[in-house]
Amino acid sequence: MKYVDEFRDPHKARVLIRRIESLIPEIPLTRQRPLQLMEFCGGHTHTIFRYGIEQMLPDAIELVHGPGCPVCVLPMGRVDDCVALAERPDVIFTTFGDAMRVPGSQKSLLQAKAEGADVRMVYSPMDALALARKHPDRQVIFFALGFETTMPSTALTVLQAEREGIDNFSLFCNHITTVPTIKAILDSPDMQIDGFLAPGHVSMVVGEKPFHFVAEHYGKPIVITGFEPLDILHSLWMLLRQLADGRRAVENQYARVVRPDGNRAGLAAVSRVFELREFFEWRGLGSIDHSGVRMRDEYARFDAERRFAVPNIRIADPKACQCGEVLKGVIKPWECKVFGTACTPETPMGALMVSSEGACAAYYNFGRIDLDALVARREAAGEG
Amino acid sequence: MCLGIPGQIVEIIDADTRQAKVNVAGVHRTVNIACIVDEQHPPESCVGDWVLVHVGFAMSRIDEAEARKTLELLQALGEAQAELEAMRQSAV
Ligand code: SF4
Repeated sequence: MKYVDEFRDPHKARVLIRRIESLIPEIPLTRQRPLQLMEFCGGHTHTIFRYGIEQMLPDAIELVHGPGCPVCVLPMGRVDDCVALAERPDVIFTTFGDAMRVPGSQKSLLQAKAEGADVRMVYSPMDALALARKHPDRQVIFFALGFETTMPSTALTVLQAEREGIDNFSLFCNHITTVPTIKAILDSPDMQIDGFLAPGHVSMVVGEKPFHFVAEHYGKPIVITGFEPLDILHSLWMLLRQLADGRRAVENQYARVVRPDGNRAGLAAVSRVFELREFFEWRGLGSIDHSGVRMRDEYARFDAERRFAVPNIRIADPKACQCGEVLKGVIKPWECKVFGTACTPETPMGALMVSSEGACAAYYNFGRIDLDALVARREAAGEG
Repeated sequence: MCLGIPGQIVEIIDADTRQAKVNVAGVHRTVNIACIVDEQHPPESCVGDWVLVHVGFAMSRIDEAEARKTLELLQALGEAQAELEAMRQSAV
C-alpha cells in the first residue's frame, strides 16, 4: 500500500481496503472467478490509475475500465469531419483541449491547425460564443462532445445564442449518452460485469432514476461515485456490501454533489435543444442504439452538420489497434501489441492513448509497469 | 474534461443572463449559473456560494468545507493545474 499516503486520509483508505478484503469470503461467486466491476467514467479511470487503486485491491476483484472517455470513443470519421469543417476558410473551429490530438484518418485537429486551419482551444462553449460575437464575419463552430455532464452547458450556450440573435455560431454535435451505453454493455455477450461504479458528474445532471434499470432489470448493483480515491474505495466497498447481502440497488456515494433528481434546469435546457439519435457510432464498440443526441429541428440553424456539408465517411480503425477489446475489458491495455511501442501518448495510434482519461494513456503514465521488460518479453515471444 | 473544480461565487455580473464571477483557486472567471438558480435561490442570493464548476458552468452547489478540501487535494496532486491553465488560456 505504497501509494495510500497520497490519499486525503490514508487511515480511512487503509480501513476501507481492509473492509473490502474481509467482504470477499462472503461473496460466493468469488470462489469461481474474480468479480468484474466496471467504472464507466474516464474520470474514475484516471483516479484509479493515478493512485494505483488496482494494486491495492485483493485479486478477487478485477476492475474493467469502461468506455466513458468521450474523446476516446470518438470514431475516426468524426475527427475527419472536424478537420473538414476547420479547414473551411470562413470558419473558426473551437474545441476543448482534449480533442486536439485525436488522430483522424489523415490528421488530427492539431495538425490541421499547424497547416493553417483556424482551430482554437476553449475552456467553455461560452468562450466559443464570445468568439462569434467578436468575429461576426466568421463562422464559429464549437465541437460539442461529452456525456450528459457537458450537454447542459452546450444547450444553454445555444439558447443564449438564440436569445442574442447570434447567427454565426453553431455546434458540431457529438454528445453521447450514458444509459443506452451501459445497457449495450449489459447486453453484450463477451462482457460479464458484476457491478458498476456510475459516473458521478453524469449523475449530477441526470439524477439517480435513469440507473434503476441496472438493478431492477439486470440484477446488478450500481453505485454513483465521486472522483477522489477515497470515493472510489468507498463505492467499491458499497458494491461488495450489496453483493454480499444479495441486494441489488442504486446507491449514491456522491450525495455531496449528486441530488436524487439531478439538475432540473440543466435537463430542461438539454431536452429543449437536443433529441436522441436512432444510433451513434463509437470507436471500438460499433453502433449503439440511442447512444447519441442531435439538435432538434427548431435549432437546425445552430447545427453545423446541417449548415455545412460534412464528409461523414466511416473509417475503420487501424488493424493493429485493439482499442475495442480494451474498452470491453477483454484485454488489458498493455496486452495490445502496439502499446508503448508504436502507440504512446506522443504518437497515439488509438484514441485510448490520447486523453489522460483513456485507459491506455492512464496505464502508460501511471501504470507503474516496466516498459523495457514488456518490450523484451514481446521480442522474445517473436511479436516485435 | 469531466473533472470539474470547486469555486466560490464572488459577484453577479448579469442576473438576466445568469452570469457570475467565480473565484477558482485565485483565478477569476465568468461562469454561467443557470443550473443552480431557482425560485429558492435567485441569482442575487448566490454570492458567497461554493459551486462545482464544469466547462464554465456552475453545476452543483457544494458544502464549503468539502469544496476547500477537494480543491486542496486537486492542487496538491497537480490535478487542478490543467483545469486552471485551460481557464486562463481560453482563446477569447
Ligand atoms: S495501445 Fe493504442 S492502439 Fe492499443 S488499445 Fe491502447 S490506444 Fe488502442
